[in-house]
Amino acid sequence: MQCDELTEELAAAADGTVLLGRQERRHVERCLRCQAEMVQYRRVLRAMRTMRTDVLEPAPGMLAGILAGIEEAGERRAIRSMISGHRAAYLGGLAAATAAGAAGAIVFANRARKLRTAS
Amino acid sequence: MPQDVAELVTAARDGDRAAFDELVRATHGETYTLALRLTGNEEDARDVVQEAYFRAYRGLKSFRGDAQFSTWMYRITANCAATHLGKRSKHRHEELSDSDPIADERPSVDPQAQTDATELRERLTVALEGLPPKLRHVVVLRDIYDLPHEAIAAELGISETAAKVRLHRARKKLREDLFPRRDEEAADAV
Repeated sequence: MQCDELTEELAAAADGTVLLGRQERRHVERCLRCQAEMVQYRRVLRAMRTMRTDVLEPAPGMLAGILAGIEEAGERRAIRSMISGHRAAYLGGLAAATAAGAAGAIVFANRARKLRTAS
Repeated sequence: MPQDVAELVTAARDGDRAAFDELVRATHGETYTLALRLTGNEEDARDVVQEAYFRAYRGLKSFRGDAQFSTWMYRITANCAATHLGKRSKHRHEELSDSDPIADERPSVDPQAQTDATELRERLTVALEGLPPKLRHVVVLRDIYDLPHEAIAAELGISETAAKVRLHRARKKLREDLFPRRDEEAADAV
């Protein structure tokens, strides 16, 4: 077995997600280069895990910018929903007026027909 | 503090705007840190954080609360960063492929100091910044923020296999940068 064949497994083994097979383990036990690589991967991974709790300081003004942006988005949404609400009311009114007009026209036409029949 | 965050999430989901603002105040440092690590520069990180909180605000009702709010924000931030950098690289026509070589312009490292964990972290930060964005995103999300491959693949819009391949390349590159082989060092010194 060549060291290059193992390189992917070494990183995964260092992170604990993969267990090396018997053949690979035997190679690593006898190969100083692979052992060194494994240790290096472990150190890199350990160092990265310690970075998890870091909190970097954002530039001053960023928080205010985010909050202002959300406020603006909230207002835009409220205005949009108000406009769509007004539009719905307007369309509803228009539909009601059209229906009333049509009903009136039908009643008027019926009366006119009755009058014609009577005369 | 997590309890407070959970309470704020519940209140914000019920439409309490002040609670959402407080949530932003409590978490924006962490979100910014991730955004900076993913993008590699402050200006992009600021845009990504802004967009991430917009999306969180719009989508808070869909947050079921079975994951931690921080993990949910990590995923949104990762998605925003991928979109942001994708747009930018498309615009500039300079997208790097995973296998492109990266010019190493850092000063040569001191092997004596490699045992120092603080120094290792500092060099790791520089090495992470030197990775192509595609590789950096995956290794930051997996090895620093502990997101599963599946989530990483989903947020970056790639397959799980691609995520694993990129992770391997990134780890290999970091290891080689942080622990250069002696023959390479000797060649550098000539």
